[in-house]
Amino acid sequence: MTDSIDRSTDLSQPLDRLGPDERLKHDSDYLRGTIDASLLDRISGGVRFEDNKLMKFHGLYQQDDRDIRDERRRQKLEPAYTFMVRVRLPGGVCTPEQWLKIDELARRHGGDTLRLTTRQTFQFHWVLKEDLRPTIQGLHDVLLDTVAACGDDSRGVMATADSGDCALHAEVAALAKSLSDHVIPKTGAYHEIWYGKERVATSEEEEPFYGRIYMPRKFKIGFVVPPSNDIDVYSQDLGFIVVTGADGSVEGFNVAIGGGMGRSDQDPGSYPRLADVIGYISKGKLVATADAVMSVQRDYGNRVDRARARFKYTIDRLGLDFVTAEIERRLGAALEPARPFEFTSNGDVIGWRENGGGRFNLTLFILSGRLANRPGKALLDGLREIAKVHRGKFRLTPNQNLIVADIPAEERPRIEAILAAHGIGETGASALRRNAIACVALPTCPLAMAEAERYLPDFTAKVEAILAENGLIDEPITMRISGCPNGCSRPYIAEIALTGRAPGKYTLWLGGGFHGERLNRPVLDNEGEAAILATLSETLGRYARERVAGEHFGDFLHRSGYFEPAHDSAAGDPMLDRAEATTRA
Amino acid sequence: MTVAQQFHEGALTLEQWQHVEALAGSLSPVQARWISGYFAGLDAGLLRGGGVAAAPEAAPAGRTLTILYGTETGNARDLGKALAAAAAERGLAPRLFDMADYKTRQLKDEEDLLVIVSTYGEGDPPQPAIGFFEYLEGRRAPPLPNLRYSVLALGDSTYEKYCEAGKRIDRRLQELGAARLHDRVDCDLDYEELAAGWSGILVDRLAVEGAERSAEVVRLFPTAAPATAASPAYDKRNPFAAAVLDSIRITGRHSTKDTRHIELDLTGSGLAYEPGDSLGIVAANDPAVVARLLDATGLDGGATVSVKGESLSLAEALARRFEITIASPRFVDQWAMLSGAAALEKLRGEAAAAERRAFLHGHHVVDIARLFPVSSLDPEALLAGLRPLQPRLYSIASSLAAGAEEAHLTVAPVRYSLHGEERGGVASLQLAERVEPGDTLPVYVQPNPHFKLPRDEAPIVMIGAGTGIAPYRAFLQEREAAGRTGPAWLFFGERNFRSDFLYQSEWQAWLKGGTLGRMDVAFSRDKADKVYVQHRMLEQAKDLYAWLEDGAHLYVCGDANALAPDVHEALIRIVADQGGKDREAAEDHLRRLAADRRYQRDVY
Ligand code: SRM
Ligand SMILES: Cc1cc2nc3c(=O)[nH]c(=O)nc-3n(C[C@H](O)[C@H](O)[C@H](O)COP(=O)(O)OP(=O)(O)OC[C@H]3O[C@@H](n4cnc5c(N)ncnc54)[C@H](O)[C@@H]3O)c2cc1C
Ligand SMILES: Cc1cc2nc3c(=O)[nH]c(=O)nc-3n(C[C@H](O)[C@H](O)[C@H](O)COP(=O)(O)O)c2cc1C
Ligand code: SF4
Repeated sequence: MTDSIDRSTDLSQPLDRLGPDERLKHDSDYLRGTIDASLLDRISGGVRFEDNKLMKFHGLYQQDDRDIRDERRRQKLEPAYTFMVRVRLPGGVCTPEQWLKIDELARRHGGDTLRLTTRQTFQFHWVLKEDLRPTIQGLHDVLLDTVAACGDDSRGVMATADSGDCALHAEVAALAKSLSDHVIPKTGAYHEIWYGKERVATSEEEEPFYGRIYMPRKFKIGFVVPPSNDIDVYSQDLGFIVVTGADGSVEGFNVAIGGGMGRSDQDPGSYPRLADVIGYISKGKLVATADAVMSVQRDYGNRVDRARARFKYTIDRLGLDFVTAEIERRLGAALEPARPFEFTSNGDVIGWRENGGGRFNLTLFILSGRLANRPGKALLDGLREIAKVHRGKFRLTPNQNLIVADIPAEERPRIEAILAAHGIGETGASALRRNAIACVALPTCPLAMAEAERYLPDFTAKVEAILAENGLIDEPITMRISGCPNGCSRPYIAEIALTGRAPGKYTLWLGGGFHGERLNRPVLDNEGEAAILATLSETLGRYARERVAGEHFGDFLHRSGYFEPAHDSAAGDPMLDRAEATTRA
Repeated sequence: MTVAQQFHEGALTLEQWQHVEALAGSLSPVQARWISGYFAGLDAGLLRGGGVAAAPEAAPAGRTLTILYGTETGNARDLGKALAAAAAERGLAPRLFDMADYKTRQLKDEEDLLVIVSTYGEGDPPQPAIGFFEYLEGRRAPPLPNLRYSVLALGDSTYEKYCEAGKRIDRRLQELGAARLHDRVDCDLDYEELAAGWSGILVDRLAVEGAERSAEVVRLFPTAAPATAASPAYDKRNPFAAAVLDSIRITGRHSTKDTRHIELDLTGSGLAYEPGDSLGIVAANDPAVVARLLDATGLDGGATVSVKGESLSLAEALARRFEITIASPRFVDQWAMLSGAAALEKLRGEAAAAERRAFLHGHHVVDIARLFPVSSLDPEALLAGLRPLQPRLYSIASSLAAGAEEAHLTVAPVRYSLHGEERGGVASLQLAERVEPGDTLPVYVQPNPHFKLPRDEAPIVMIGAGTGIAPYRAFLQEREAAGRTGPAWLFFGERNFRSDFLYQSEWQAWLKGGTLGRMDVAFSRDKADKVYVQHRMLEQAKDLYAWLEDGAHLYVCGDANALAPDVHEALIRIVADQGGKDREAAEDHLRRLAADRRYQRDVY
């Protein structure tokens, strides 16, 4: 059936028929480009256009302080270029030693701040070009790197942050780590450029899996342990839904493919898509399955039009059946039918929780993942103190929160004391606030169209007021803000979401599934705060009055007929409920 | 025998001789004396390959008069021209030369020589006059027993080596056996009257000596220099009110500097300038500073005073006419007299120079007035101690070729605190703080013939730090507009890359477009180890020398003390090391480059 397939946009085509980025990757000598020269250039704080693209594969993004972009232009100065450095941290797990080093680097090179991301890792911002090597070498000291944290390759591998069972968590986290190590690029470029290693002449292929042109686009893998869907497995290109055996350890996985959030307001053909569960594999087939799925995307993905290059579009273009069959062909075996599973939430449980092994996990709510020292709340300092005494691990959650994991009971008072001393702790954050996520957006994100992280506190307070009026203040509602439609906060599966259109203007989305099983729908487009709050107070008011016991806001809007019935689209029915999907598979 | 027979064949044709005879018969004694001089000069002219029409080399028969000036900012030139004009008026035939253009071998033949020279740096001559000084003070200078001369020295009494360059010439000419026509006159920044006095005396004396003799001559052959000095409509004494178009801080956030970019509108002024020229700003004092001085002296700003015959309010006079921040030795004299303060008394005179200098650095006019109060002070008495407010010069950072009739400036505000008070520079703070777009400023163009782009496509190496970058922006605008593609290399130094990379995006564009071929930057405060432009130059020694060998023109602009000496030292090392020369030879090499106008400096 392969021959009946349209291959006019994939790597079977000659390079000059493909998009410019393919040529760039091809000619980059396995991601080396002229990065070395760009780093030496004293006339600019940035790097050459091509090198900027290549450096993403090394986990580095050139950015500029957008708050002063125009001011600098008038001053005849180039934009205030700095770099974002994204650490590769599979499963979001790190040791106290690693924490202390990261903290040190953030203070020395990262503008005294750190960012916990929605894919469970650290980001440094504000890193100057000449500080990139010191930063990366510092990470190297504690066995961390930034390889493939960005770029057309397999990105940071996620894993449920707290499954309530420390043994299971450890096993899954280990799988995430080994899979991440397996899927990242193998080029020596990273070691040569950042560690100053000599290039070793070798006859063998530098990129056995990727080849010269890598993936058509980013590729995201995540492990989830039901009933938590904290990683939003339906938003991953490739999701592994853990199925445990009688002994409570990993037996295998339901495999979900084709999730993705990114869309664009200028491109009606773009859309978010929830992953499809295509079957079950035993634990032993994990790596082989990852290779099979990724290779299908590598070989069939669209390399002419980057806007259609994500796996989700490949699947919708070629058909889920073809893609599944091709995966099975490469696996040399059919997938087993998916096993039943159930999700209850995609949020975190804030506060103390027994870790399933007699010790305790403390999940700290970190507003939009921002670690800094603020008057009255010294997050950086406090966590550094904890890292000095803590003998367990730290876990970053997909909701930008932080877990201080595996604390012996007798240590709890000490940890509590340190937190108190630094003004950290759950000082009455509402359920809404605790479940809210905002992407970074301004001032560093080059793609931001509106504020997100900096707008979240304000906006949340105003929504909290509405909730309070309606007696809903303790109701957990997922709310996410993204500064642009790319959807880094995974907004399209939130019950309430804003995606930026222009400064102060957003698209309002309502009705997502509480545990990430259903996409939401646009209700207002390109509107200001007033209109948005008005709509929210109207809908939340109705919800307060008419909901049935235990009904979530998103579910209510659908039941109550707030939306006209869904109509099928090329994208597949956006309202398709993934809980059904699992039983269908 | 006839006169004709006295000529052996070949000397003159008979026909020619008859002309001469006819002419000779019709000559007055004076004319006869002149003709002989004329033929002498004509003869010299022919030898030099000059045409018959060439003006006579010297005033006939009588003593020749030459006026030499050494200048950087043009004062000495202006005075030289005025002097030449006055001399010509009185029937003298002066020849006027910039020391930079003067053929030193002519010195031995000079008879009367009037010298006007200013002083720079550590009592150095003006940059363009350095070659002349080296010759005069060097071993090759001839004895000058027949020379009569006088020196007018321009200077600024706030500088350590006051009028030193003038003093050096005076000293040296004595050594060489020349005789003074008149004692040297040292002028402070308010040189007008003293200079006029000096000129008047000398012109009188020489004119009287020359008597009637050259009167007709000059009418016959008016000398070129003074007559054909077309002065622009607007100048230092008649500045143009230029509107401020833009005034922005071009150092980024968190900068330790506060450098401004100022755009002035010259439309309708007819003012023309070339890259390398400077703009003169006729600045005014900060009203707050005026108020402070009035307060310190207990004077009434409303009181009417007369300045150079014009009557105006004291406040007005202090604001627009006088330097009221930095005090001069004259102020010490005046205030000592007024206050009778012993402390000031002992600061007077040559002997106390060093002490006085130190005192004056730490005590400006207002401080002295506060320290030594004078009761019932007469406003005119205060003014008598002050120096006239001088215009300030700023390298023009734009080129008319770029299109707009504008002049752009790059200004570093001078700020400091003294006796617990925030103080600052008159002009730079006026530009930075007291004018905004829409306001006008009195300006004039100050040509700088000694900081010019090569006429051809010759390579240029531009070295500058801080505001010293300004003229290079003009250079590149000019070359870009003219589509001239001569190789260009820029060295720039400042404190911090992020905030102080003046005009960064423009250099980047020029690098992209090829107008600028190469750029090296040194930022002294980014890293622990301070790097300056001279370090970058030394790093690039090999290439830099290669450029010089390819005929590159060198430019240095910026701080006279912080930049120029180190850069010069670096150049010596580069030429020595790369050219396999010893220090002597290397310095010689640079001297020759300067003489060939291939090593030009605009330092302040
Ligand atoms: C830091 C983070 C948001 C946060 O607040 O945590 C983030 C930040 C950025 N994302 Fe994202 N994305 C982040 C998770 C996501 C997610 C969520 C996820 O993966 O679970 C998504 C939606 C899922 C998906 O991929 O569809 C996401 C979809 C995008 C897209 C849209 C991709 C698409 O297919 O259309 C872009 C733009 C692009 O790739 O062209 C993008 C691009 C970016 C960039 C790098 C902007 C750029 O390309 O220059 C942002 C850097 C801003 C800054 O200053 O830090 N980011 N980005 C998250 C880092 C995750 C990580 O550690 O790797
Ligand atoms: C040819 C030429 C070109 C120039 N080009 C430029 C240019 O492009 N850009 C530019 O910015 N400048 C340039 N300058 C310098 C400029 O002309 C002025 O000298 C400068 O701006 C200071 O003038 P002002 O009136 O602001 O300061 P002034 O009123 O002249 O005050 C300066 C004086 O203040 C006193 N002073 C300073 N600091 C202290 C202290 N800490 N304690 C006590 N006294 C102190 C000193 O006596 C100093 O001489 C140039 C100068 C020349 C000659
Ligand atoms: C950068 C600079 C340095 C100067 N150094 C001295 C000095 O050392 N001694 C002095 O008497 N005058 C000094 N002066 C004052 C000048 O000699 C004075 O302004 C003179 O009028 C300039 O004449 P000119 O325009 O012919 O060059 C200096 C002026 C400037 C701008
Ligand atoms: S969602 Fe848009 S604005 Fe927010 S971080 Fe991602 S790309 Fe930037």
